[in-house]
Amino acid sequence: MIYEMVVVTNMAIAILFALSLNVITGFCGQVSLGHAAFLGIGAYTSTLLTKSGLPLTAALVPAALMAGTVGFFVGLAALRVRHDFLAITTMGVGFLFVGIVRKQDALGGEIGIAGIPAPDFGRPGLLVLSIVCAVAFGAFTVMLKRSWAGFAFNAIADDEDTARLLGIDVPKFKLWAFVIGTAGAGLAGALYAHQIRYIGPDSFGFVESITVLAMVIVGGIGSIWGVVVAAALLSALPQWFQFVENYKLLLYGLLLFTTMRFAPGGLASIVDRFKNRSARGS
Amino acid sequence: MSQRLSVQDIGVRFGGVQAVDGARFEVGDNELLGVIGPNGAGKTTLLRVITGVVTPSEGSVALDGADVTNWPTAKRIQNGLALAQQIVAPLRALTLIDNVALAVGHKHLMSPIKAALRFDRAPERERALDLLGQVGLSEVSDKWPEELPLGYLKRLEVARALALEPRLLLLDEPLAGLNQAEAHAMANLIASLPGPGLSVVLIEHNLGEVTRICPRLYVQNNGRPLAFGPTAEVMARADVRAAYLGAGK
Repeated sequence: MIYEMVVVTNMAIAILFALSLNVITGFCGQVSLGHAAFLGIGAYTSTLLTKSGLPLTAALVPAALMAGTVGFFVGLAALRVRHDFLAITTMGVGFLFVGIVRKQDALGGEIGIAGIPAPDFGRPGLLVLSIVCAVAFGAFTVMLKRSWAGFAFNAIADDEDTARLLGIDVPKFKLWAFVIGTAGAGLAGALYAHQIRYIGPDSFGFVESITVLAMVIVGGIGSIWGVVVAAALLSALPQWFQFVENYKLLLYGLLLFTTMRFAPGGLASIVDRFKNRSARGS
Repeated sequence: MSQRLSVQDIGVRFGGVQAVDGARFEVGDNELLGVIGPNGAGKTTLLRVITGVVTPSEGSVALDGADVTNWPTAKRIQNGLALAQQIVAPLRALTLIDNVALAVGHKHLMSPIKAALRFDRAPERERALDLLGQVGLSEVSDKWPEELPLGYLKRLEVARALALEPRLLLLDEPLAGLNQAEAHAMANLIASLPGPGLSVVLIEHNLGEVTRICPRLYVQNNGRPLAFGPTAEVMARADVRAAYLGAGK
């Protein structure tokens, strides 16, 4: 039973993490290759707080705020670049985070931080908390997508210059996407740290950024349900099959390549195509 | 006549090339001004200065008396400027009606927080349908841009620009790529647009249609202003004919 609880908790955290990147990359069209840094910021912030005696529930908001604040400044810097340059800039942010953490004794340096306090409410409580956070963030992104902000994000993702000509304050919307997305990643990081109960610089490296990007792309950039399904599956696979864990980067790289080559719209576009064909058939 | 747009001594330099040098003209309320010039005259650069995409090295741009030279594009749009682009740029992920509805609701998009709290699109879609009808596209309002030919997308550009409720509408070669009948119909539509509260600047190579519908012309050659005034007077000038048509030397 504990094993199943761990698997489902990890799934919920992965869904929350992938949905947070979906706001930046899916909704707003800004590719990020360093999203794991914000998972890390949330993880380290919450760990320092719970180690100083605060309950996990009280550490969630500061973790999200800290990640969102750093996300704001990264977003500010990222406003000046687009496309491949943005991808490289965000990748640099990921490396910068790992590099800084490695040199900070207060953050455990290379060794990381072990013995993170278990939440008072135990594993079942953490499972429920993770599901509640994932569902709440998912519901928030559904609302966001349906709102006029989602309409504007759509235009920015499609063609930034045309969006500007329609009076959309593109930098402001992009910044908001960064803040919301990175805050969501911070929240996921806090849950992750207290689920694994050990964090180190390598927990938030480039592989984790590529893993979450794979979840978004395989699910279908911008599709909420597609990303939820892809995140659930891709987070469970390494837990079900050990060889997937061993060949994670290879497998995810292959998945990314296959999706971009054969179905750039991901799972969501495959289902849409199938639905359209059925509708035409009937 | 109150000035809707005032372009004063604009200079733009790209590296060693002086793309625009001393451009100067005014557009009044309820006016349709034609901007012409041979290829490479710097018309599109001038247009980009007016929209805020290019910052001039000299001179100023004023909209309704307010100096907007250093304003970002979105702020100019929110303050009454609209542009229909030469190379059509529909939002491909949206249907025609949503392309226009987004522009109709541009005032909701000034703040991301306010935009995130607003969901209803029905009034904007209704207005978008009216505008699509105005340019003859109501029949295809639910189509995707990729399903339609260039002539339709040119009209979509105009409908989307009108949806911004502009006081100054800039049209960059709206007739380019259209056949003669389409160009004639589009020119008639453009001629019907100016009215109290709306002025139009038309940049166009189709000289026949421009001289037919524009009461006044601004001519630019090699980045420099050549002539500005009533169409008949401007077109009668030998230097304009020589520069633009290569005739009358």
